[in-house]
Amino acid sequence: MLMSGAQILLECLRKEGVTHIFGYPGGAVLPIYDAIFDCHDIKHILVRHEQGASHMADGFARSTGKVGVCLATSGPGATNLVTGIATAYMDSIPMVAITGQVRTSVIGKDAFQEADITGITMPITKHNRLVKRVEDLASAIAEAFYIAKTGRPGPTLVDIPLDVSRNQIEFDVETDYPKQVNIPSYRPAGPSGRVPDLQMKKAVQLIAEAERPVLYVGGGAIASGAQAEVTALAERTNILVTTTLLGKGAIDETHPLAIGMLGMHGNAYANHAVNNADLLIAVGARFDDRVTGNVEKFAVGARIIHIDIDPAEIGKVIQPDVPIVGDVKNILTELIKQVQPREATAWNDQIMEWKEAFPLVYPNDGNLYAEYAIEQVNEIFDHDAIMATDVGQHQMWAAQYFKCNRPRQWITSGGLGTMGFGLPAAIGAQFANPEKRVICLSGDGSIQMCIQELMTATVYGVPVITVIVNNRSLGMVRQWQEMFYEERYSAVDLQASPDFVKLVEAYGGVGMRATTREQLRDALVKAKDVTDRPVVIDCVIPTMEKVYPMIPSGQSVKEMMLRHDLEQVKASVHADGETWSFSDEERVLEQVVEVGATGAESAE
Amino acid sequence: MSNTIVAQLQQQHTITVLVDNHPGVLARVAGLFARRGYNIESLAVSVTDNPEISRMTIVVNGDHRVLEQITKQLNKLVEVTKVVDYTETAAVERDLALIKVNAEAHHRGEIMQIVEIFRGRIIDMSDKAFIIEVTGGTEKLDKIIHLLEAYGIREMVRTGIIAMARGSKTASRTGRDTE
Ligand SMILES: Cc1cc2nc3c(=O)[nH]c(=O)nc-3n(C[C@H](O)[C@H](O)[C@H](O)COP(=O)(O)OP(=O)(O)OC[C@H]3O[C@@H](n4cnc5c(N)ncnc54)[C@H](O)[C@@H]3O)c2cc1C
Ligand SMILES: Cc1ncc(C[n+]2csc(CCOP(=O)(O)OP(=O)(O)O)c2C)c(N)n1
Ligand SMILES: [Mg+2]
Repeated sequence: MLMSGAQILLECLRKEGVTHIFGYPGGAVLPIYDAIFDCHDIKHILVRHEQGASHMADGFARSTGKVGVCLATSGPGATNLVTGIATAYMDSIPMVAITGQVRTSVIGKDAFQEADITGITMPITKHNRLVKRVEDLASAIAEAFYIAKTGRPGPTLVDIPLDVSRNQIEFDVETDYPKQVNIPSYRPAGPSGRVPDLQMKKAVQLIAEAERPVLYVGGGAIASGAQAEVTALAERTNILVTTTLLGKGAIDETHPLAIGMLGMHGNAYANHAVNNADLLIAVGARFDDRVTGNVEKFAVGARIIHIDIDPAEIGKVIQPDVPIVGDVKNILTELIKQVQPREATAWNDQIMEWKEAFPLVYPNDGNLYAEYAIEQVNEIFDHDAIMATDVGQHQMWAAQYFKCNRPRQWITSGGLGTMGFGLPAAIGAQFANPEKRVICLSGDGSIQMCIQELMTATVYGVPVITVIVNNRSLGMVRQWQEMFYEERYSAVDLQASPDFVKLVEAYGGVGMRATTREQLRDALVKAKDVTDRPVVIDCVIPTMEKVYPMIPSGQSVKEMMLRHDLEQVKASVHADGETWSFSDEERVLEQVVEVGATGAESAE
Repeated sequence: MSNTIVAQLQQQHTITVLVDNHPGVLARVAGLFARRGYNIESLAVSVTDNPEISRMTIVVNGDHRVLEQITKQLNKLVEVTKVVDYTETAAVERDLALIKVNAEAHHRGEIMQIVEIFRGRIIDMSDKAFIIEVTGGTEKLDKIIHLLEAYGIREMVRTGIIAMARGSKTASRTGRDTE
């Protein structure tokens, strides 16, 4: 059949199993939108800002493992995708971005809305391509999907000039769409690749010899779908498992062998475990500096087994004793067969003692804190909700207190740390998981970076529940200024913010404010009943709260900072509550609510 | 590790990169070096016997770990077919220089002698200057340049190193060494 490039594009997307496209129209993609007009099986979601589209595609991908798809016009549309593409790239998320481009005849002539988007995204895509002839479009799309989802996943971009999507050729997707992609120069390790025998033997031996082993599991285990294998390996060997920010859910976090997150804001006991280990088994984790701090001082007594699908990760930061290149699931399956069972040892007890000594706690003084809100989310949503976060203190509290029981339940921007990611990512995840509840835990700063997507949620009846941890502050930055810049608070005050309750109402959603624990619980329970529109809960907490533990940037476990009132707080947790309170802070709380209200009035 | 030891481990490497002959590939490779902070000493690019493949010869500085990362990161680029490091291999390396040097009448004889010793050629001559063409390894070129500096070099250009393994071994398209 004679088809335009635009029609061919949709045929190809259908062939790839695409169900949702998150996009925004414009001149260079008019033919594509014209084809979308006739397309009823692929749902196009009209966002309010292209950045939203890119994060939605990302949230869709993170919550399913499928490739997320976003679409934008040339020039400003394409550049608005950039933050979302970079976010996906840093966290190895499979995504295909499709951009319109000016006509081939005027490329390079500074045409209207021309931007060299393949040039711009070269360092933040796994691969990208400008398609100059409609004859090449189908293979370009097939390659983009293949590269995005195989090996170490990542975003790809296909740039399609206006004339390429308009030109017509004979096309039959059944015969003309490549069934298999064969790129000689691209040969990623796959889920059924060869397992390196020699390295496996060495790994088995190191595990047998180890007295103080720790499993350090990252996003690669999620990408690989290896929760069962991670858990089985841990159970067979009784080795405790610490996860990175992106590895959350690689083991059920309530499992007795799970010791939570490690790193800068990780659990003290997880960090002590790693610091004292004699064997570190890194599974799909990349020794990020938020994890290692000062590399010279990181796990110095430990031998290292590093399992990663990307050969370039091996030796990038730390030279392992046993490098194993391959897919986590594939490698662990084999390792479980070969490794000798081990009993729990005194080492396990030691880590549990650290857990007793340095638990994660917050004051049980009756005040509302982010930690409390997150625990209530766990409880009220039966440990089943998907949690997407923004970036800042609230993100770290969520990392500490939200308990995943399955992979892909936790959606956060780790590598790039993109404020504004949370809400659109949550919306994307909700489209992909209509049967699940999706919570977005945001900050009063972050939420304002993509807040316009509340409209998208309303229009499509997406019942994402956003809990804004409102500390009237760019809290994470404030924390650093307090700790490392002598309390010189520069440009972190957000006292002047919109009234979020009124704002979400203006967008057609439901707004609630909580300044007490009871109000917060009530709001969450009410939100659970809203199933056809977005909800925002403005959760007001004290400004001066800090995230602990904290290993200052570039330092080591030795310099780990705990709350100065740890013993007192521990005692308060064991008491029945309301043992003491910050009376000053309560006063601050009241003032704040008023500021919010007046702010809104003066805007009227 | 002390700085002196690190300095000793720093080594110049000549690597050959086979890439698909697509527009933009050079930008990808150059961008990778810039982004990851690897310094390119020289870079030479041309097509190969297979018109779909280009060959880049890149001279970089770094210890073996840096080189390992460069190789691995290059291999991640979809358009890169093969990366070969010639540091440990017996390889022929050549660089070509064009040197425009002052050639006053009373110096011409001396300069011509130098050119002969280095097996170069004088390819242009005017009343004030010669253009000298000379081919060889980096050291040889550095030497002749040093000698010619005495007369005043007006302009110079070098192609950068190109390299090829000795013997029948090739950096072949299939990614395998054909013996
Ligand atoms: C404010 C803030 C604070 C942070 N604090 C912390 C902290 O305290 N602790 C912490 O852990 N992080 C923290 N992070 C996140 C941190 O920046 C990194 O994003 C994170 O540590 C990286 O996780 P990862 O090592 O699991 O790697 P990922 O980025 O998830 O990379 C996955 C790795 O697995 C490999 N891989 C992919 N697929 C497979 C497969 N199928 N098989 C095998 N391997 C595969 C990839 O090649 C890659 O090397 C913080 C981020 C922010 C924004
Ligand atoms: C787009 C972007 N800009 C700036 C930053 C730097 N930054 C990191 S955390 C943070 C503060 C976040 O404030 P908020 O969303 O209110 O969260 P809080 O830390 O208060 O919980 C900032 C500005 C960032 N991560 N992303
Ligand atoms: Mg805040």
